[in-house]
Amino acid sequence: MSEVRVLVGTRKGAFILTSDGQRRRWDIDGPHFGGWEIYHLKGSPVDPNRIYASQSSGWFGQVIQRSNDGGKTWTPVGNKFAYDGMPGTHQWYDGKPHPWEFKRVWHLEPSLTDPDVVYAGVEDAALFRSGDGGQTWQELPGLRGHGSGPRWQPGAGGMCLHTILLDPKNPGRIFIAISAAGAFRTEDAGQTWQPINRGLRSEYIPDPTAEVGHCVHRIAMHPSHPDVLFMQKHWDVMRSDDGGDSWNEVSGNLPSDFGFAIDVHAHEPQTIYVVPIKSDSEHYPPEGKLRVYRSRTGGGDWEALTNGLPQRDCYVNVLREAMAVDSLDSCGVYFGTTGGQVYASADAGDNWAPIVRDLPAVVSVEVQTLS
Amino acid sequence: MMRVVLPQHLRTLAGVGREVSLDVAGQVTQRSVLDALESRYPMLRGTIRDQLTQTRRPFVRFFACEDDLSHESPDAPLPEKVASGEEAFYIIGAIVGG
Repeated sequence: MSEVRVLVGTRKGAFILTSDGQRRRWDIDGPHFGGWEIYHLKGSPVDPNRIYASQSSGWFGQVIQRSNDGGKTWTPVGNKFAYDGMPGTHQWYDGKPHPWEFKRVWHLEPSLTDPDVVYAGVEDAALFRSGDGGQTWQELPGLRGHGSGPRWQPGAGGMCLHTILLDPKNPGRIFIAISAAGAFRTEDAGQTWQPINRGLRSEYIPDPTAEVGHCVHRIAMHPSHPDVLFMQKHWDVMRSDDGGDSWNEVSGNLPSDFGFAIDVHAHEPQTIYVVPIKSDSEHYPPEGKLRVYRSRTGGGDWEALTNGLPQRDCYVNVLREAMAVDSLDSCGVYFGTTGGQVYASADAGDNWAPIVRDLPAVVSVEVQTLS
Repeated sequence: MMRVVLPQHLRTLAGVGREVSLDVAGQVTQRSVLDALESRYPMLRGTIRDQLTQTRRPFVRFFACEDDLSHESPDAPLPEKVASGEEAFYIIGAIVGG
């Protein structure tokens, strides 16, 4: 019998929601780490009971927690994130050089093959790797050192490395994205990197087609088609068919092409989901209607999914980490809101229902499909 | 033995009660107290002072004997009453934000 486990990070703790394969009734466990911001939790694909969590606080800094029993119990592991060598500077909001300073871990990406290997995307933007289950962390300095680092600058949410995609067909290839530097790719497991932002156009930077400086919000990939990438940029939904070498806009008929989250159907590599948000200063859905948009053509042509979602007076946001899918036969789609709801659809988005509705503001949602 | 009172979130993280007792080698200073605390409870490393610079985190405060010692040198001797355990050394999460 299949089981689904939804890992929810919120502004004030972590929650673990579980259901059987029917996905009708949900048990809610939490809060774990109550009072702390949980930017992200994610389980190992090879050992689903191994889960890593990023726990942080404005008072007490960064803690990394690890569970070996599916989130029932947790152990603090290593939290020392030291930049390699002299950290150097990036660009501050006033255009002046500003030293790199570690603030928090935004994203944890466990290896596809080894439960003790996990990557961390941090603010100020850098990529770290642990080979010992999170006990110690080493920076992969080639990313910051590839040359454009001094020109990176923070977005409104900080200069965060928020997306890490591991290519299942090519162990040396990793895609990452930074707000607001852009997307980058390595072919040699993180030693060297190149920006992959050709085709992006951002009117909010002096050169709209610059090599770096784009505020990429999220990238998604279907594991069977790792050369096909989908991006929710600050404005614009984009698609690449060549591993990021070039991008084309696929915003099509969306009511707004601003947004944060984007994800891909588990079994249909051309079916993608976004949640349009009105604008960068109005972080809520257009017209007060919470709508997921689905494209079955990999972008361009979008349909609104509204059944079960509030269609009036809704002014929540859906953040970049807050959407995920399960891999059951009828693909489940999940997203969390800053209003504390986690909505789920067990039929690929046709119908929705809240599986919990009064959590603290949801920052991240990940889903594990267990057998 | 000297006594350290921890804020609630650090008690939970370390799995201890409100107060812990520590043997501190040599002179009792902020630095030697935190060294002893972190040695016994490694999960507290980085939560009170920065792991790299060893500076106090901005929203953490140190109180003892009804004084705010947060801005004292980390190597200044703590009051005798703290060193002897008569008074506790308080680590406080500042009243800020949400």
